[in-house]
Amino acid sequence: MSESDLFQGHAYLFFKPHEVRFVDAAVARIIPADDLGPGAKEAGVTRFIDRQLASPWGTSSRQYRLGPWQPGSPRQGNQSPLIPQEIYRYGIQDMDRYCLKEKGKSFEFLSADVQEALLKAMESGQIELNTISCKKFFSLLHKNTIEGFFSDPMHGGNHNKIGWRLIGFPGVAGSAYPDWLGRYNEPYRVEPVSILDIEQGKVSLDAEGNPKHIFINPQ
Amino acid sequence: MTSTKLKPVDVVVVGVGVAGSIICKELATTGLRVVGLERGRMVDPNKDFVMPYAHDEFRNDNRSDLIQNLSRETVTFRNAMNETALPMRDIGSFRLGECVGGAGVLWGGLTWRFLPWDFETHSRTVERYGKQHMPADCSNQDWGLTYEELEPYYDQFEHIYGVSGKAGNLEGQLQPGGNPFEGPRSREYPNPPPPTTYAGHLFGKAAQSLGYSPFSTPTSGNTQLYKNPYKQVLGQCMRGGFCSSYSCAKGAKGSPLTAVVPSLKEHPNFELRPLSNVIKINLDSDGKRATGVNYIDANGQEFEQPADLVILTSYAFNNTRLLLLSGIGKPYDPISNSGVVGKNYSYQAVGSVKLFFEDKVFNGFMGGGGLCTAIDDFNGDNFDHSGLGFIGGGYLVVNSRGAAPIHSHPVPSGTPGWGSEWKKKVAHYYDRSFSISSHGGCQSYRTNYLDLDPTYKDANGLPLIRMTFDWRQPDHKMSAHITKKAAEIAQAMGPSKMSQHPVTGQYNITPYQVNHNTGGAIMGADPSASVVNKYLQTWDVPNVFVIGASAFPQNSANAPTGTVGALACWTADIIKEVYLKRPQSLM
Repeated sequence: MSESDLFQGHAYLFFKPHEVRFVDAAVARIIPADDLGPGAKEAGVTRFIDRQLASPWGTSSRQYRLGPWQPGSPRQGNQSPLIPQEIYRYGIQDMDRYCLKEKGKSFEFLSADVQEALLKAMESGQIELNTISCKKFFSLLHKNTIEGFFSDPMHGGNHNKIGWRLIGFPGVAGSAYPDWLGRYNEPYRVEPVSILDIEQGKVSLDAEGNPKHIFINPQ
Repeated sequence: MTSTKLKPVDVVVVGVGVAGSIICKELATTGLRVVGLERGRMVDPNKDFVMPYAHDEFRNDNRSDLIQNLSRETVTFRNAMNETALPMRDIGSFRLGECVGGAGVLWGGLTWRFLPWDFETHSRTVERYGKQHMPADCSNQDWGLTYEELEPYYDQFEHIYGVSGKAGNLEGQLQPGGNPFEGPRSREYPNPPPPTTYAGHLFGKAAQSLGYSPFSTPTSGNTQLYKNPYKQVLGQCMRGGFCSSYSCAKGAKGSPLTAVVPSLKEHPNFELRPLSNVIKINLDSDGKRATGVNYIDANGQEFEQPADLVILTSYAFNNTRLLLLSGIGKPYDPISNSGVVGKNYSYQAVGSVKLFFEDKVFNGFMGGGGLCTAIDDFNGDNFDHSGLGFIGGGYLVVNSRGAAPIHSHPVPSGTPGWGSEWKKKVAHYYDRSFSISSHGGCQSYRTNYLDLDPTYKDANGLPLIRMTFDWRQPDHKMSAHITKKAAEIAQAMGPSKMSQHPVTGQYNITPYQVNHNTGGAIMGADPSASVVNKYLQTWDVPNVFVIGASAFPQNSANAPTGTVGALACWTADIIKEVYLKRPQSLM
């Protein structure tokens, strides 16, 4: 891992320090660092989620929130009044309590294998939490981890474009695509370009206003 | 609430999207005083969608502010009449637009015409297979309008949006490279078809080897600079993806914002009023004539806008809801099978086949709206349905829309949903995979319908629209049939792994499916079975017209935008040529 691969320290808007530790540990199991490269923790996904929770989304600002609140069939979608801020806050609190009772330690201090088993149990709804459905908490955590790992680094995750490098996504599109479209089975692999890169002046633009892509395996 | 009465106008248009923008434009050219009321905000694509920000998937797709703000209004949903409908609290199965341009800002660009069969589904089915072939409780009916009548208006709309494509049938003569199943066209598309992607090429080759007829689908992602009849210049698609759910930063996607709205500025007799949410159409004392509409502005103030002619051009849900809130037309009652408003709500049944390869890469992030290779051999009644237990079908398509990184994580069946193994598979298959979509239509059924919810209200205290909808056995059979055909084509491409995903089980409002909700204010030849006549004029109140996918008596497999645009052109023409001279019932 090079210097730039390391996610530097960060001050948080919503999370408390122990919540940061929990989310860091959980996202590191959802997308782990392994021989393919850094994972969600290294990509700054915790910072991404923190920023989202502090945004209007964190309080479900665009959700229909009038009652009566009543449970329906799964096909009728989410009918819980809990907002994302509450799901994370209560979810982490509940999981901490559960882990201390069952495993003797908070989630973040357990081994990777135990953490993974716990997340699997949450995913399949096998852990009884005090306030919220463990399945609901896991599902949100999972969704936000994916979003944070693969969205533009301007949102706080995908640090150093770790997610895009993993899959070969070039980021902001280049001008050569119309010509390249007919070059069948020839991989177009470039150093990914983010909106953040462009705004930071790290990448030059062509006459079309698109970034000049730099090929990483010369064609 | 007291309302402020405004100066009367000749025409008020409710909803400035695909249909509304064209109606505003066409009627503004007559010199009439026209006001377009739009509940959403004004969007200037040159300012709101600029590079590089237009390629921010997270902000534009996951957190879009052009999708309806559900905190103010949503729909309620239940699968069956014996359930309690609950509000759709988060966006899921479909995305409703909320801005000038409406969902037409967020669309993908696929600009189909419907098949001639789609307009006469009922009579042609009975004629070919007999009455017993119609599924039980199926409430399909003919449009009262034929493909031939609408053809010149399809042509008009295609030239407004600058559609790129290749004709398959010019005045009855089949054309190589086009769709041989399409209805006869009076002339070619205004722009040449787009190039074929590698995935589309492989699909086309395999389909051809099985005897089918692949073609590039018509798209409003323009293949070259184009000036439309409204003197608007549309850009050239750069194949960078980010089309559906986005507004194109290159101005290359035909939409109300690029093709129509800017040209409205030249008409001093036209006024666009964004942030104006219409809540009611006002009727005179005997209920036979509309006198205008009431709307609420961004500050919560209510206004009365008197008008001689009221044209509803909003989404299927809201067109239906406004009629119900205003007491125009008899509400549909599925139990007694009487009434019309809310009848025949329909959708589309979209399945897929996923293909995975080891030795091929697709550069799947390159692409564009409507950049597709398709076959129409299993659409409509293009194949023999004897003994199949369903009517209709769908098109099979490889849609190279651009694989955006948050949403595109194709992994073979059996892969865990997260962890190292998932990461490995996503890294490997992100660009070694694509899907064939089995894009099916949906017939109408007696108990799939819309009405006003008895419990849940919008931010103004008005009842939400309630959707009662579920898939029926014929929908499942149709999807299984065409998805199997897609799988046969997939097999011929030699993938290392593949999986079939036809539509099964009950309709679920949670996962994204398709933005093609239809019906509720359907058109027809019989006033007791339809809300509007073939000219989209309400049977009961002749100075109210209702245009949109709300008029479809059942849903085609094809994306509706082309037909919505054509219906707007058709109605504008009849209003200008006939109605304005003699403002009364056209039938």
